[in-house]
Amino acid sequence: MYQVIEGIISPVNDSYGKKDLVASHHRVAMAQLALQTSDWIRVDPWESEQAQWMETVKVLRLIERSRSKTADYPVKHLPLHHHNQLLKSSAQMEDPDPSKTPSASAALPELKLLCGADVLKTFQTPNLWKDEHIQEIVEKFGLVCVSRRGHDPKGYILDSPILRQFQHNIHLAREPIQNEISATYIRKALGQGQSVKYLLPDTVIAYIRDHGLYSSDGSWTGKGKIS
Amino acid sequence: MTSRNHTQGSAWTPGLKQSSCFSLPSPGTRDSSGVRGFHLDHQLQLLPMDTSEKTEVVLLACGSFNPITNMHLRLFELGKDYMNATGKYRVIKGIISPVGDAYKKKGLIPAHHRIIMAELATKNSHWLEVDTWESLQKEWVETVKVLRHHQEKLATDSCDHPQRSLLMDRPGRKRKWDEQKQDSSPKKPQEPKSTGVPRVKLLCGADLLESFNVPNLWKTEDITQIVANYGLICITRAGSDAQKFIYESDVLWRHQSNIHLVDEWITNDISSTKIRRALRRGQSIRYLVPDLVQEYIEKHDLYNSESEDRNVGVILAPLQRNISEAKHSNPTA
Repeated sequence: MYQVIEGIISPVNDSYGKKDLVASHHRVAMAQLALQTSDWIRVDPWESEQAQWMETVKVLRLIERSRSKTADYPVKHLPLHHHNQLLKSSAQMEDPDPSKTPSASAALPELKLLCGADVLKTFQTPNLWKDEHIQEIVEKFGLVCVSRRGHDPKGYILDSPILRQFQHNIHLAREPIQNEISATYIRKALGQGQSVKYLLPDTVIAYIRDHGLYSSDGSWTGKGKIS
Repeated sequence: MTSRNHTQGSAWTPGLKQSSCFSLPSPGTRDSSGVRGFHLDHQLQLLPMDTSEKTEVVLLACGSFNPITNMHLRLFELGKDYMNATGKYRVIKGIISPVGDAYKKKGLIPAHHRIIMAELATKNSHWLEVDTWESLQKEWVETVKVLRHHQEKLATDSCDHPQRSLLMDRPGRKRKWDEQKQDSSPKKPQEPKSTGVPRVKLLCGADLLESFNVPNLWKTEDITQIVANYGLICITRAGSDAQKFIYESDVLWRHQSNIHLVDEWITNDISSTKIRRALRRGQSIRYLVPDLVQEYIEKHDLYNSESEDRNVGVILAPLQRNISEAKHSNPTA
């Protein structure tokens, strides 16, 4: 049994070089706006502020190290640094009383990489991941993988010896209500002047409009008079 | 008219339909009063040449909204973008009309909650509003009657506020041209002209379209009136069978120019049924419904096994009505 105590989003560094990636300070700001009303998920800008991109496993290692050094932690203020995926900290709580401070070794929250099934598939892409990194992620940390339309996570696991070996540490979370809002689609819709209301929080839409992000000509004028 | 608007975002270029009913002088010719000359043999829908002349449209969505979800709200945004992009229409308003309790659908919670949730959901919208007329009626109201109610209301509003729409929607097209003649002094600034009273159109998903086939759910004459007199804007999953459905129905086929199919590229499965199920199972509905709606549901514990059992064993109002009316008109059946 797990109890999820925190979730963190860490936007990737600009030097990752992905197509259409806007400056990290924008992406961090938008994530912060989106999470204003969340009481358990927060944004960590640390990774995006570094000089260069770092592999996911190194991010996970860094977090583990910083956690184990901290004896007494108010969990919500841990400086967690990670890749552009949501990391879940989950603690095996033997004592359900949340006010009790857990002992350092018994209740150190487990850090898991949260991702969509599409990321699981990218493990197969040649030269994208190092095999030893994949192994470390699934062996030492663990994966929580959310299903995604058109993907077969069970199949990806069975097709990979490493994933098969550590499949007990790969948790497949099903999405009972499909809601496939990809950022790619959002960017395309914005580029065509189409509405993305109810797909993104209003505060994020306002930010995008105010800063002219994701428009085909560099300036998004909105959707017309009535919005 | 046989125009088919299937692709979202494809702008239909306004222009005059070529037909034997028109004799059009060479482009750019104007008579002495400054009006392009046309000879109308019949009353025909005059397609606006001037891009500032658009038909104003109001999108009406009927349904249980039990509860309202982000998917419902997306239907409006998609419908508006699509209609505006045709260049022929300007969407001025969206109306959410939750069904009355007399509908007797399984799991339907009292209308006042559903109204409040819809109002919370549209709080930050400048063009969407919630209408309570339907839900306040004692008996269930057929969809075509809701459309009629809102169309008549728009016509009345236009009477009261003539500056809102220049021209009244009258059968005689010649009158429109008479008025336009007086108006078309070249010195006047080009303002977006409306072509009469705003038109109400039914906004829906593919499920409503396909429900036309459910026995006794709809009266055939109602379906005919909906597509002939009002129009349908149907948001469908890309690659769905909506086109085939229209092809296989004589009534829909005949009025296909009045049925706009809009592709939805995002797989959006956020049905109210699934929301209620998730709530019963303690699963999060965060980000599937507006935050205010989620908070309201939580605060009032609206959806649970008891609420889902409402109207169990009760026949749905349209089925009840249509079956009994059929019996009365055919007592030996």
